[in-house]
Amino acid sequence: MKFTLSWLKQHLDTDASVDTVADTLTRIGLEVEGVANPGAALADFRVARVLTAERHPEADKLQVLSVDAGDGPMQVVCGAPNARAGLVGVFGPPGAYVPGADITLKVAAIRGVESRGMMCSARELQIGEGHEGIIELPADAPVGTPYPDYAGLNDPVFDISVTPNRQDCMGVRGIARDLAAAGLGTLKPLAAAYHMSNVDPVPGDGGGPDVATLDPDGCSAFYAQAVSGVTNGEGSWWIARQLKAIGQKPISALVDITNFVSIDLGRPLHVYDRAKLSGTLVARKAHPGEQVLALNGKTYALDDTMTVIADDREVHDIGGIMGGEHSGVSDTTTDVLIECAYFDPENIARTGQKLLLTSDARTRFERGVDPAFLDQGLSIATQLVVELCGGTPSGITRAGAPPATKHVILYDPHLCDTLGGLHVPPEQQARILLSLGFTMGAIDHADAYSDALFATVERPWPVTVPSWRRDVEGAPDLVEEVIRIAGLDKVPAVPLPRVPGVARPTATPEQKLERVVRRTAAARGLSEAVTWSFIAEDQAAAFGGGVWTLTNPISEELKVMRPSLLPGLLAAAERNAKRGATTIRLFEIGRRYLGDGEHPALGVVLAGEARGRDWQAGKAQSFDAFDAKAEALALLAAAGAPVANLQVMGEAGEEWHPGQSGTLRLGPKTVLARFGVLHPGVLKAFDLSGAVAAVEIYLDALPAKRASGFMRAAYTPPALQPVTRDFAFLVPAELAAGDLVRAVKGADKTAIVDTRLFDRFVKDEQTSLAIEVTLQPGAKSFTDEALKAIADKVVAAAAKLGATLRG
Amino acid sequence: MTTDLDQLRTDLLAAIDAAAGLDALDAVRVHALGKQGCVTVLLKTLGAMSPEERQAAGPRIHGLREAVTSAIAERKTRMEQAVLDARLAAERIDLTLPVDLPPPGNVHPVAQVMDELAEIFADLGFAVATGPEIEDDWHNFTALNIPETHPARAMHDTFYVERIGTSTAGAAQAATDDGGSAAGASERMVLRTHTSPVQIRAMLAAGGDKPVRIIAPGRTYRSDSDATHTPMFHQVEGLVIDRGITMGHLKWTLETFLKAFFERDDIVLRLRPSYFPFTEPSAEVDVGYTIQNGKRVIGGSDGWMEVLGSGMVHRKVIAAGGYDPDVWQGFAFGCGIDRLAMLKYGMDDLRAFFDGDLRWLRHYGFGALDVPTLSGGVGA
Repeated sequence: MKFTLSWLKQHLDTDASVDTVADTLTRIGLEVEGVANPGAALADFRVARVLTAERHPEADKLQVLSVDAGDGPMQVVCGAPNARAGLVGVFGPPGAYVPGADITLKVAAIRGVESRGMMCSARELQIGEGHEGIIELPADAPVGTPYPDYAGLNDPVFDISVTPNRQDCMGVRGIARDLAAAGLGTLKPLAAAYHMSNVDPVPGDGGGPDVATLDPDGCSAFYAQAVSGVTNGEGSWWIARQLKAIGQKPISALVDITNFVSIDLGRPLHVYDRAKLSGTLVARKAHPGEQVLALNGKTYALDDTMTVIADDREVHDIGGIMGGEHSGVSDTTTDVLIECAYFDPENIARTGQKLLLTSDARTRFERGVDPAFLDQGLSIATQLVVELCGGTPSGITRAGAPPATKHVILYDPHLCDTLGGLHVPPEQQARILLSLGFTMGAIDHADAYSDALFATVERPWPVTVPSWRRDVEGAPDLVEEVIRIAGLDKVPAVPLPRVPGVARPTATPEQKLERVVRRTAAARGLSEAVTWSFIAEDQAAAFGGGVWTLTNPISEELKVMRPSLLPGLLAAAERNAKRGATTIRLFEIGRRYLGDGEHPALGVVLAGEARGRDWQAGKAQSFDAFDAKAEALALLAAAGAPVANLQVMGEAGEEWHPGQSGTLRLGPKTVLARFGVLHPGVLKAFDLSGAVAAVEIYLDALPAKRASGFMRAAYTPPALQPVTRDFAFLVPAELAAGDLVRAVKGADKTAIVDTRLFDRFVKDEQTSLAIEVTLQPGAKSFTDEALKAIADKVVAAAAKLGATLRG
Repeated sequence: MTTDLDQLRTDLLAAIDAAAGLDALDAVRVHALGKQGCVTVLLKTLGAMSPEERQAAGPRIHGLREAVTSAIAERKTRMEQAVLDARLAAERIDLTLPVDLPPPGNVHPVAQVMDELAEIFADLGFAVATGPEIEDDWHNFTALNIPETHPARAMHDTFYVERIGTSTAGAAQAATDDGGSAAGASERMVLRTHTSPVQIRAMLAAGGDKPVRIIAPGRTYRSDSDATHTPMFHQVEGLVIDRGITMGHLKWTLETFLKAFFERDDIVLRLRPSYFPFTEPSAEVDVGYTIQNGKRVIGGSDGWMEVLGSGMVHRKVIAAGGYDPDVWQGFAFGCGIDRLAMLKYGMDDLRAFFDGDLRWLRHYGFGALDVPTLSGGVGA
């Protein structure tokens, strides 16, 4: 929302400085996003008179002017066709920066004649479009005056951000009211602001125009007044200047009036050319399939939830959002119909969302305009039309009625202390509320009442909310009103009481698990990435398929909620590889989005060189499935998973190398992790070359740690030393080493405490596996017979798998 | 005899000195101290002597034996040392050759800051709460006093999601299984636009009869992408529900949090009235900064930057959370985690947070053992 200081002063009697106004606006919740002074850029330019104009001796289209800019004649070469003796225009001396031409003027010879400055066009000064000739000011414009002063450009423009609850501040008057309440001056009466004797309805001649509302839900009130015999000329110079200052293009007197009132009072209006209407103008729901060509030149397809204004023939207005092209006013318009209606905010919002159409009118109607301001709004519009365009007003037609607004809140001023945390004396609270337009029973303004009188008002106060403050619903809103004016910064900080009892951990087991695996991964040399939760559809499809898709994605690359963390990490790995990284070790902890909910997971991608070329080991080595297995087991161990009991099984999925990947399972069904080398086809899609190893750990599949208190189970280290025995087996080629190790370990569950495969070789199509078995004696050392018995059990267990002791 | 002994001593010590190796030394030892050795023989003569003679000769012969024994031992030690020295000299290697260091791993700044927040707020009695990122319309908007047509929805640039290949209604059913009781089956699903729906979930989980103090960090999403916005970002929500909570407590909590987070006492807050549908009164919180070496540094009050939104929880929100708004009051705040990280650690490009560039991660990331603790500090 933009406005100028002079515009504000139409409503606010104040001599506050620009800085004070800006600071106060921000302090009371109307955040200033910027204050600009458009005149500053043109400070060097002055009003000047052309004294003489003669043909340039060397060029037909140039003239040599003698210009007086207040300090005597100056020679200027000028190419403008309208340059002539006696013309008063705008002169830029050497050193001035011409914004529209992006040049800094200097003394120069033009075709051999010295020129000391420039007479400027409107476009060159970026104050208008005109470039056919230099600016022509009235003959009595004071020569020598800085042009910004003369043109009123030294008028700071405020740009404030109005929060969606403050419809009243979508009008300059509402902002002025807030500033007055904050002590920055006095709010002028509305009529005085418009230099009108009153803003009562203009009676007019005869009956009102033929309007009706057939849609009381969407348009509960449709007030209209016609003015006949108008001339739609340039209108008010002052209004045009204000609109220009805030970046709006002045169009014509009638259009400017509606735009101005909308911004000044937050009251959108619409003006129709009556010559283009046929029959009664009604507010009704659109018919399915109906279309309208709006003022922005676009055609909108309407449906039967949308309120429109239509006549016998066609739709002329998307009610409260944008007028239609066909019935808009033009230079030739002589009879107008002024619409001042109340549109339902929710309906406006829905229609605007559906049509993807925003406008100043929609912004105001969807926040809820003042329903008690229809008569005054119409009166001001009619008076402005008559004043600026002439003509004769008709009577007023009031179809329907706006919603009733009376809303009383019972307010105990003590709530300011107990909710707002700030003590504001009740009489000060009352004055703040009254100055914002609230009333308390019969008390409707602050000035005539003493503090003592406020003290006598019975509590809770019956506070009536002004009709323009639809956002104020209950007592907490009144606390906000009081505190924002009294000064939110005055609220003293009060320590939050400590929670009784001793401090206990606040993190949940899931959170602690996440922390420990995160820091374990980092300690193992993995770098944590954070990648998008949404990925491309084909990437999701390659990793099990996405379940959730964005209906309005930002791009096709960010469309489907990831079913796996690996695609995002692979994409990051690819970017790193492109940047020349030789070793890429990335991990991420985040959610997978599946049909049954969101599942925390840890993903690891290992790409490039596992170990670089080395003076000891020689050539560089790439990552393999065992690197992935090592990461998986280390992270699972850190997470507290019983890694010794996990089984390596297949079926990692189609995205993995079929022979170099697996699952780590606790029991046959619970998959804790997938690991291995990824399928070359998948890597190709990610533009990655070479082997890429990966791990995905499903954090919520891990068995929960049982809460057992701090006390550990009793334990005494065994007195006797363990002994080790080695067994070498010849095994069938298809036997998995893990199965043999598991079988050996299970051969004697009391004596065997550890088994470790320490050698493997293949010779003559026979695989040999050597296993070191650790035996822990109990109270007594093993006898030779006992050792023999254990060895027999080991050999027997291995034999069941087809393994024979190597001779 | 005296001269004989002196001569023998001289000869033996010279032989020990002259021994070229351990074998030669041992030969001298056998020659002197062996069973038939010259010194051994001399010792044996003592037995045949008269007490007077023995008294005169004994110490001298024993002295000779000790001198020879110790000279042999000393010579042997020197020889062994020389052998060892020679071997070690041959084993010299070039220790300027490089070794493999464990690869550098890091914790992402966002995760680090989340841990810092958890630590700071744990001290104030706040637990960490979570909620789904695919959220239903009710939790993300309606329960937070943002009805369908509320203009505030336009501020949210919401991403809408639906289940691939199924009706929207079915999708909503599945995803709200652990959701609030008030969520209807026909709810539209969104990617949560803020962490505020966790307020509702935390209140509903607490049951409406006991105080709540939580922070809720996590991923949030808005359909926005430019130099300073990414479609995914991180927020932390804070919520206190109790009896007698006022904006004064809110202000103290935010001050305490920011002072602890930036480890500065000169943090100055400026509360500005603002509007959020789920709080009333509402306040934007600006933090003062000073310019140092051309960069904004938190602390002081040369200028202000907006860091978070806050307010007293709206009565409708308290009610939606299953609490009686006539009894319970509270405050809530929300803050961008990525932004906090940028302000504290000096990154200037939000988009780099989500790129996974190893160089960036190593520069701005944190060591595995840089665990934020109150005693050790929450900055690393």
